[in-house]
Amino acid sequence: MGQRVNAPGAPMLAPKDFKSDYKPVWCPGCGDYSVLSAITKALAMLALKPENVAVVSGIGCSSRIPAYTTCYGFHGVHGRALPVATGLKAARPDLTVLVASGDGDGYSIGGNHFLHACRRNLDLTYIVMDNHVYGMTKGQPSPTTEPDWSSKLAPGGTGLREFHPLVIALASGANFIARAYSGDPNGCAALIAEAVRHPGFSFVEVLSPCVTFRPEQREWKTMVHPAPVAATDDPGRAARRLMTDDGFNVGVLYKGKRPAYARANGGNQTVEALACQFRA
Amino acid sequence: MPVPSLEDFMARAYAMELEANERYAQFAEQLDTHNNREVAQMFRKLAAVEALHAKRILEEMGWPSMPALPPAYAWETLEAPETAAFDELHYLMQPMHALEIALKCEQQAQKYFEDIAAGDVPPAVKQAALEMADEEREHVQLIRDWMKRVPQPRPNWDEDPDPPRVTE
Repeated sequence: MGQRVNAPGAPMLAPKDFKSDYKPVWCPGCGDYSVLSAITKALAMLALKPENVAVVSGIGCSSRIPAYTTCYGFHGVHGRALPVATGLKAARPDLTVLVASGDGDGYSIGGNHFLHACRRNLDLTYIVMDNHVYGMTKGQPSPTTEPDWSSKLAPGGTGLREFHPLVIALASGANFIARAYSGDPNGCAALIAEAVRHPGFSFVEVLSPCVTFRPEQREWKTMVHPAPVAATDDPGRAARRLMTDDGFNVGVLYKGKRPAYARANGGNQTVEALACQFRA
Repeated sequence: MPVPSLEDFMARAYAMELEANERYAQFAEQLDTHNNREVAQMFRKLAAVEALHAKRILEEMGWPSMPALPPAYAWETLEAPETAAFDELHYLMQPMHALEIALKCEQQAQKYFEDIAAGDVPPAVKQAALEMADEEREHVQLIRDWMKRVPQPRPNWDEDPDPPRVTE
């Protein structure tokens, strides 16, 4: 895993030790509060220290998360959280790097980066808070919005088929795929902790209702259900399951065995030694 | 719902009160941020009440700090029975709405303890569960009494003259 944890005998940190003094400004009732709580619980569960964790984000409601933690944080450019996190992890493999995003930031503007982050399989944990809408910019349809969701900004709906992030993640090479629900912060925390422990690129999609623009998503609590079968390490079987997934299966859905990306020679070459390889 | 010992049962009861306390405190912060001070204050009071209940359990059991929960500990519902769901808030909510949330949580807690007492559990657990159910019943009544002293929500309480749903 490569994380640096609390020294043996040191007092265990509690979830509140990972929360900063900045108060979130999300709408009351937003699922992202719960995801923040789940992340801090997961970090406490893993006995990590805030100074050894970095939380990287893009733009959007969900991307405000780094400021609300006591970990290192980077609130980046729209859709570009994954490239920043990739660079950070490549340079500092000893850090635990969490990447926070939303369905607009991660699947639309950052869609291309999503594919290649899965393919590269660096040891990152990508947490996408999916509410099927662009909340921060006042309710535009996102890639995961249902085709018939009618709103003032998309009367009659977009008519476009939804993006299926879990299938895309599997096809692109993600090594761990899970779905969580923000209304179950303890379950969500356990899934995030498991994702961090699993080597390689771990993708956790969190169904996180937007009560302001999608108040009907409060019903998700009656729709989510535990995945009926245990996680598989067989990509073919996982593909069949994910293709027939109802979007509300919660749990670990795929645990692959690909080794995480590691730099050649441990990344300890000098600039001169690197240059020699190009001269040869 | 296997509850093998009194210690196990009281550890769950403690966790339940603590989670309720944390959630109400989070609600108070959220509504403070949105300048709904009246309801924030109400959630702060509810958080304090739950903290008091948690403290009482520690004292009754002679535990110096939070007890260890069993390894397989998990609620049968998404969260603890007395914990209000994250999505029940509205930034314009009125005090009565906060009490409606609290009433539901207390009723759920009462039912949780009644179900344990009715199950196949050791006599000490049954006795403790019946006592806890009685306490929750009292809390239900206290909330109902409190509701009588709070005005009904204004009509159209959620109408915002400057709403977030804007088409520019």
